[in-house]
Amino acid sequence: MGLLTFKGGIHPYDGKELSKDKPILPILPQGEMVYLMSQHIGAPAKPVVVVGDRVLMGQKIAEAGGFVSAPIHASVSGTVKKLEKRRSVTGDYIDAIIIENDGQYEEIAYQKAESLEKLEKKEVLDRIREGGVVGMGGAGFPTHVKLSPKEPDKIEFCLVNGAECEPYLTSDYRRMLEEPELVIGGLKCMLRLFDHAKGYICIEDNKMDCIEKMEELVKDEPRIEVKRLKTKYPQGAERSLIYATTGREINSSMLPADAGCVVDNVDTVVAIYKSVMLGEPLMHRIVTVTGDAIANPRNFRVKTGTNYAELIDPAGGFSAEPEKIISGGPMMGFCLYDLNVPVTKTSSALLCLKKDDVSNSEETACINCARCVSACPARLVPSHLATYANHYNEEAFLKYNGMECCECGSCSFSCPAKRPLAQSIKSMRRTILANRKKK
Amino acid sequence: MSENKLHVSSSPHVRSKVTTQSIMLTVIIALLPATLFGIYNFGLRALMLVLVSVGTCVLTEYLYEFFMHRKITVKDGSAIVTGLLLALNLPASAPWWIPVIGGIFAILIVKQLFGGLGQNIMNPALAARCFLLISFTGRMTDFVVPEDAFGNVYDTISSATPLAAMKAGEAVDLLPMFVGNIKGTIGETSVIAILIGAVILLATKVISPRIPVAYIGTFSVLVLIYSLATGNGFDLVFLAQHLCGGGLMLGAWFMATDYVTAPITPKGQILYGCCIGLFTWLFRFLGNSAEGVSYAIIFCNLLVPLIERVTRPTAFGKGGKKA
Repeated sequence: MGLLTFKGGIHPYDGKELSKDKPILPILPQGEMVYLMSQHIGAPAKPVVVVGDRVLMGQKIAEAGGFVSAPIHASVSGTVKKLEKRRSVTGDYIDAIIIENDGQYEEIAYQKAESLEKLEKKEVLDRIREGGVVGMGGAGFPTHVKLSPKEPDKIEFCLVNGAECEPYLTSDYRRMLEEPELVIGGLKCMLRLFDHAKGYICIEDNKMDCIEKMEELVKDEPRIEVKRLKTKYPQGAERSLIYATTGREINSSMLPADAGCVVDNVDTVVAIYKSVMLGEPLMHRIVTVTGDAIANPRNFRVKTGTNYAELIDPAGGFSAEPEKIISGGPMMGFCLYDLNVPVTKTSSALLCLKKDDVSNSEETACINCARCVSACPARLVPSHLATYANHYNEEAFLKYNGMECCECGSCSFSCPAKRPLAQSIKSMRRTILANRKKK
Repeated sequence: MSENKLHVSSSPHVRSKVTTQSIMLTVIIALLPATLFGIYNFGLRALMLVLVSVGTCVLTEYLYEFFMHRKITVKDGSAIVTGLLLALNLPASAPWWIPVIGGIFAILIVKQLFGGLGQNIMNPALAARCFLLISFTGRMTDFVVPEDAFGNVYDTISSATPLAAMKAGEAVDLLPMFVGNIKGTIGETSVIAILIGAVILLATKVISPRIPVAYIGTFSVLVLIYSLATGNGFDLVFLAQHLCGGGLMLGAWFMATDYVTAPITPKGQILYGCCIGLFTWLFRFLGNSAEGVSYAIIFCNLLVPLIERVTRPTAFGKGGKKA
């Protein structure tokens, strides 16, 4: 079988060799735990605890603030110290519950499921919702919403996104290598909801060991297949992945369900398994701490709410002074101006770079070289869109499909004139979306 | 760690190593085989013209930006490329002031007055060549090489360019046209040298084959149709002579592919190549002049905004195979 892929895309330096051979190491938090109420897209969660309450690990401390929302659970046992606004990775101050960790890790009793077959579909969805599962690939879309399409019978494919196309990240890789059965188990929970669906585990061909392992494990599973993807950024973008594996195209105003697909990232699928089968809510995630400024890059199993700064020492500390620190990957991650922010359900990596490419490159005039056009997976003309955005020409921006941009950053990466194309296009999109909301 | 030193910016946080400067450097390297062959073929006089042309272009750009209080962009290398291309489009017999006038025209009028790098609507080197061709027709079409700096006269060369000879109905020899020891402008004579450069550009992905292939393909088809229609049969030798003659190869690989003056859309690039092929054919076969590449390219430069408009790519998921 040939490798599956999409048109466009780029091949940045992937940096995965730094951390790919480091097994997942669980680390325990030291200081206070900060649970942000918005770790997902949709309404913020509402606290159900008050200052002074003692909470146990796994206990729900905030409930979903609406249908498109997700509850939050304590990942340690301890006492609720404060309810106040704290800074998130994007720099916003949002409501948070602060818990003093008592170091006991006293856990609530989880309600295990006897067997998947005995669970009703609604029970599966309820357990996912109660587990606070959200898309852990970065977007943080509440998973139970994703798994409740209008017409479940029309879902033909459940895609496990194991592309991990972001450079440097190895958390999904380690997860698939070390706990493949949890991934397959999670996919089975998803398939339980969709009677007509096939399950595809989609992995880029730079992770051949994962592909082989998964293929071996699913060889007797009639409904599950492993799909080999070409290694190319942004292969793991939802639209690129759906196109590569099913040949179907969706645009910005469509949902994957419109193409008969449901897509969930590897870590999310594991969280689905844990909440459905073990009754365990989402309170951990795998975080890759890496970059050329880190002495000993590693993959950690981190409790949500842990301060980012606590991840540096277990990775050997800084080997050099970092010029840039990024939460997430280098293509779509967020820059941190200080490490004092909590790990959330969507934190995939902490990347510390000695040199910042962006500030070290000088922006010059566009020479119309069309590299951005070849790189754009949405088949747009980024250089023109960026110009419309800079001129605030909303009409032209919309006419030339600026809203179809998936913000992958391939255009900025490939631009020889070092124009911040993605930045211009992104901010124009945000402005237009905000204006639409106001109306 | 002093945290106030951390850089913050919008994603993506990494950039490719390719820069405008590195692209221009690759183009210069790719032009070297043709330049060196020109100097070998036409002597040191050709070298003098290359140096004067490059020097004029770079100096013009520097002085204009200096006096207009703009950022000096000489180091991006684009003026060097323009100067080199202009020189390669001059006959070796041209006096020294020809590249001076041409270089000033190319950089000042065609490039800087339109807004500098990326803003010019015509290829500066070609526009300057056409300007010189109209203003100093005699000088620009005089392919008799005078004595070079050392007093040598190169007599490998007969009186007319092969293309002009063909136009007059004379027989021409294909092999020298391919190798390059014929008359013509400094850089256009050796098809081999140009193709070596083309391979460099393709291998380093500086250009895509879309424009040159569409150009040469369209031109070839039209020449063969012409050949059939005029009762000469399927004359591949005639076609090869046309492809190797004049500025077609230099134009197809180095000038039609100029980023700034070519369409940005993939389909547009193909259409643009086809248009140049058509116009080259029209100028060469129906026009009075033997040569038509320069005019065809700068004319099609002007069509680029229109071509881009009709060849906007369909956004992903917005047409074709829908879910």
